[in-house]
Amino acid sequence: MTDIASRGYANPDVLVSTEWVAAHLQDPSIRIVESNEDQLLYPAGHIPGAVQVDWAADLNDQLRRDYLQREGFEALMSRIGATPETLVVFYGDRNNWWATYAFWVFQLFGHGAARVMDGGRQKWEQEGRPLVREVPSYDATGYAAPERNDTAIRAFRDDVMAHLEAGGQLVDVRSPQEYSGERLHMPDFPNEGALRGGHIPGAKSIPWARAANPEDGTFRAADELQAIYLDEQGLAPAGETIAYCRIGERSSHTWFVLTHLLGFENVRNYDGSWTEWGNLVNVPIEK
Amino acid sequence: MSAAGIPRALADLLDELSFLDRAERVDYLIEYADQFENVPARIATRPYSEEHRVKRCESQAYVWAEGTGADAQRYYFAVENPQGISARSFCAILDQTVSGAPLAQVLRIPGDAVFDIYGRELSMGKGEGLLGILTAVQGFAREAATRQTR
Repeated sequence: MTDIASRGYANPDVLVSTEWVAAHLQDPSIRIVESNEDQLLYPAGHIPGAVQVDWAADLNDQLRRDYLQREGFEALMSRIGATPETLVVFYGDRNNWWATYAFWVFQLFGHGAARVMDGGRQKWEQEGRPLVREVPSYDATGYAAPERNDTAIRAFRDDVMAHLEAGGQLVDVRSPQEYSGERLHMPDFPNEGALRGGHIPGAKSIPWARAANPEDGTFRAADELQAIYLDEQGLAPAGETIAYCRIGERSSHTWFVLTHLLGFENVRNYDGSWTEWGNLVNVPIEK
Repeated sequence: MSAAGIPRALADLLDELSFLDRAERVDYLIEYADQFENVPARIATRPYSEEHRVKRCESQAYVWAEGTGADAQRYYFAVENPQGISARSFCAILDQTVSGAPLAQVLRIPGDAVFDIYGRELSMGKGEGLLGILTAVQGFAREAATRQTR
């Protein structure tokens, strides 16, 4: 894959390469954070010095269906030894799917010093770079976070309804079978289920992983992304956009791509996603 | 879950897991992943047949079965995605606890066993893949049981 700077991204600085991370393993101003779908990966081997941030245990509120609040975020940042100035570098499995989810949640608290390691775990492993099982510990910090700001990059169901009525751009990043309503959810996963199948009317179907190169997990270059999101699907970077999936994790990957790599001006992630919309009474659904 | 009538070794493993906290369970499962053995060349070689591929498993898992007696089979596995560590651990568990068990017992393993092993926080995608591996094993058990009754 070509050098990040030459790929034409709107905000190339949001990505760092595996080489860059390898050269900064001892840098105290940087905290490397691994976020995975597979809970066994980090304990079985991670980038030396990296800490784990787990989507279920660390980012979700443990009672309500919501993300952690300010106090929880402050405790999390203290645990991983980060200050507001610490540059947090995210990486993970599955084309950085969960890494971009963690990145997005961190942005709800305005932690702007954040990057994603292009290619994630896959590229790091393919390059034969070191993985260790030792879990590091860092001195606790006193991190003062602002209240969580849900207005800029997060959409709730009423926002989606207003957006829909205004003819705003919607992106459904689930599989084509989920989009068509042919597939709902597994009977064994009632927590991620929906009573109705289909998609929000007008939503474009762009499965999230199309933005990644399957060979090494890196993001596709800007011209390839434009060919998908703009030319093929007709999305306009200046228009307001809402992305969704089933519980809001895959769509945070697309949020990242549209916002930072393609420079879309106003993108929100609807984390209620299909598990909310497909269970709501009397909302429009298209099949 | 009801462990009645499932392979004894699997019931013992579920019992053991129920006493472990999350971190201990993770270590325990990683040990199994480390013991994973890929399908021997005698049974299958790459490229593996799509017929043996587990549906909806992102770890690209494959399952085979070979009769080892009147009422038992050994199950063989391949996991082609190097990051499929949960899949490797689950395949190693099934190989060690389900291979050789009477077919009727294999068919009685509930899908819930996946949650009992990996925890309720398992993502749906991951759970689907793991359940797919169990379903594939049970598919081979069902075929063999059907042959018996003919």
